[in-house]
Amino acid sequence: MRKQLITACLFTLVTTILLGLGYPLGITALAHILMPAKADGQLIMKDGVVIGSKLIGQPFTGPGYFNSRPSAAGIGYDAANSSGSNLGPTNASLIARVAQSVQAWHTREANYGNAQTDVPIDLITTSGSGLDPDITVAAAEYQVAEIAHVRDLPQDQLEQLLRAHIESRQFGFLGEPRVNVLELNLALDRMAAEHKQP
Amino acid sequence: MTANGWFQIGFYFLLIVLIARPLGIYMANVFERRKTFLDPVLAPIERLLYRLTGVEADKEMRWTEYAIAMLFFSAVSMLLVYLIERVQQWLPLNPQHWPAVPAALALNTAASFTTNTNWQSYVPETTMSYLTQMAGLAYHNFTSAAVGIALAIALVRGISRRERDTLGNFWVDTTRAILWVLVPISIVLALALVSQGVVQNLRPYDTAHLLESQKVVSQDASGKSTTQTITTQTIAQGPVASQEAIKELGTNGGGFFNTNSAHPFENPTPFSNLLEMLAIFAIPAGLTVTMGRMTNSPLHGWAVFAAMGILFFAGVTTAYWAEARGNPLMHGAAQQVSATQAGGNMEGKEVRFGVANSALFATATTDTSCGAVNGMHDSFTPLGGMVPLVNMMLGEVIFGGVGSGLYGMLIMVVLSVFIAGLMVGRTPEYLGKKIEAYDIKMCMLYILIFPLLILCFTGVTVLLPHLGLSSLANTGPHGLSEILYAFTSTAANNGSAFAGLNANTNYFNLTLAFVMLSGRFLMMVPMLAVAGNLARKKIAPASAGTFPVTTPLFTILLVGVIVIVGALTFFPALTLGPILEHLLLYAGKTF
Repeated sequence: MRKQLITACLFTLVTTILLGLGYPLGITALAHILMPAKADGQLIMKDGVVIGSKLIGQPFTGPGYFNSRPSAAGIGYDAANSSGSNLGPTNASLIARVAQSVQAWHTREANYGNAQTDVPIDLITTSGSGLDPDITVAAAEYQVAEIAHVRDLPQDQLEQLLRAHIESRQFGFLGEPRVNVLELNLALDRMAAEHKQP
Repeated sequence: MTANGWFQIGFYFLLIVLIARPLGIYMANVFERRKTFLDPVLAPIERLLYRLTGVEADKEMRWTEYAIAMLFFSAVSMLLVYLIERVQQWLPLNPQHWPAVPAALALNTAASFTTNTNWQSYVPETTMSYLTQMAGLAYHNFTSAAVGIALAIALVRGISRRERDTLGNFWVDTTRAILWVLVPISIVLALALVSQGVVQNLRPYDTAHLLESQKVVSQDASGKSTTQTITTQTIAQGPVASQEAIKELGTNGGGFFNTNSAHPFENPTPFSNLLEMLAIFAIPAGLTVTMGRMTNSPLHGWAVFAAMGILFFAGVTTAYWAEARGNPLMHGAAQQVSATQAGGNMEGKEVRFGVANSALFATATTDTSCGAVNGMHDSFTPLGGMVPLVNMMLGEVIFGGVGSGLYGMLIMVVLSVFIAGLMVGRTPEYLGKKIEAYDIKMCMLYILIFPLLILCFTGVTVLLPHLGLSSLANTGPHGLSEILYAFTSTAANNGSAFAGLNANTNYFNLTLAFVMLSGRFLMMVPMLAVAGNLARKKIAPASAGTFPVTTPLFTILLVGVIVIVGALTFFPALTLGPILEHLLLYAGKTF
């Protein structure tokens, strides 16, 4: 018995050093030798400052940018406090929140001649992480008319830009097609800037 | 539902079938101490480890000694992680300067990771230092998985050995599970995950300047509203990939971040998602082949695999169907499939995964005792959310936890053989071993502890308005589901949650810790007793009256026994939770 207890203590100690320190630090070193940008979170820099990560969604709520999904992480897209809404399907506050979002989108889009009545589901639901970097192609197309109007850009050019930013299924069949909102909006800003100075 | 969705589900299972055989044979070689291709690297490390820790590798243990070694190791390593949590503020690798973890939460977390549950009452990115996650939590992802594998191997030895007192050496089995199985696969998997974008660093959290600053209106307690302008985003970082790999491979499931594998830094692409799901099933599926090999009855291994496969498809079909239908109360929302979106119930789900991969992940993570999630189960439709709940209630035997799934399933096999024996009026035999009163008593103990924990604690909790019900985020039948899910998940050592429940209270931290420890160790000991008793028996030659355990008939009987035992126990509770909620949802009732 006593011998087993001593072995248990020693075994815990030795394996903690091996698995708790050696393994993760070794992987950290290897990852930084092989893929440093990915290991550090694929941060996007602009004029010397970090403006986001390719993988982490940002809040876009106003007109003039492709809007991201609603978020339940902190006060919205808090990447130090990831969270879903965890509202159940019969929760009255979920159903009311969705109805309110639908109403808001209808009012907004009616101004730009967008006759589509049903709002793409991802635009009015919060994601699992609260940090979803993507929207569906349907959700992006739904917003094109508005953005063309607000940014004063030709709609066909904008649609072209959107098509260029569709990430198809990985290897042709994995996951779902999607659009990275931050990357699309950065491209949108570049396009708008070029458009202004002919 | 889409053809592509079904294709992805089928493709995933095909890969599991392909992985199971080579991995299973490799593991049989590892635990029978035959030569493997990794010996030149690992054998010297193994010898050094035994020398440092005083393990006598050639000394075999009786089941009682095996159990005592397992309990000592679990207790000591649990104490260490508790200590690390309590003093993390004085330790290195804490760039965010998180203070000590409060006592009840630290105890709950220590119990949670030691028992392979990985229930998380805390938000990791605002609670745990990098050191605590690496040396405390991810460490247990290795050891709790290795202990599970060791115990399963001990039971398999009990079945295959004849007239022996011993089951092997606990330290040797655990060491070999770590060095030969878990570490090599984790290293490869961690790097593959980094290549997809899973982060792996020790940086302090980054600050990003938002492209579009946000005005956020918040109300304080007196109803006065204030407007805040948000211009930055703090991005949590950490050594994620190394933990992510073993989190899935060891069916642990404890996320580095609060939202687990839904978080883009834990699971950035559909391919990383596939890798993680493969890692969840790989070892449990492989162990059925290992068992077939070690008992000299490969077909029996595949018959058990088939039973698991049938139950897996039943679950994933239901979940995918339910989630793709969407929520009938969301009017004005486009939930149907179109050329540009996958549709369905997207509350709590990520666009890159859609409903198909979210339903598949939810099924895989609860078939096994993993409990990682890539979408929020709490926001699933009632029937979609019932699938994870039922998977766990069946006892985590559909592939199950690494090791624990196999020994749980073998207990059900013994019960099935016993029932078949009763039906034809003969003494039941299992692979030549007579199943007698003592074996069945221990099996029943194993089977009954589980619902006893779940139903008693759920029953008591719903009667406590201040301790229990005040933690609910949802009311009505969904509230019952939240509490039922919590105790089922912890008793089954799964660790996923209907996460709306605020479990970080003293009441939940302590009761759930008790349930996790009971759900692991109170069930392991009778299981080892069965193993020890079986090892002592003679092998009787098969006769015309022997019920063969390699046929489709056996597979069907096994599935039937699992479903009937689970349904008889839990159907009333499910009726009051998800089934009632489903009916009310379609009647248009909200809470």
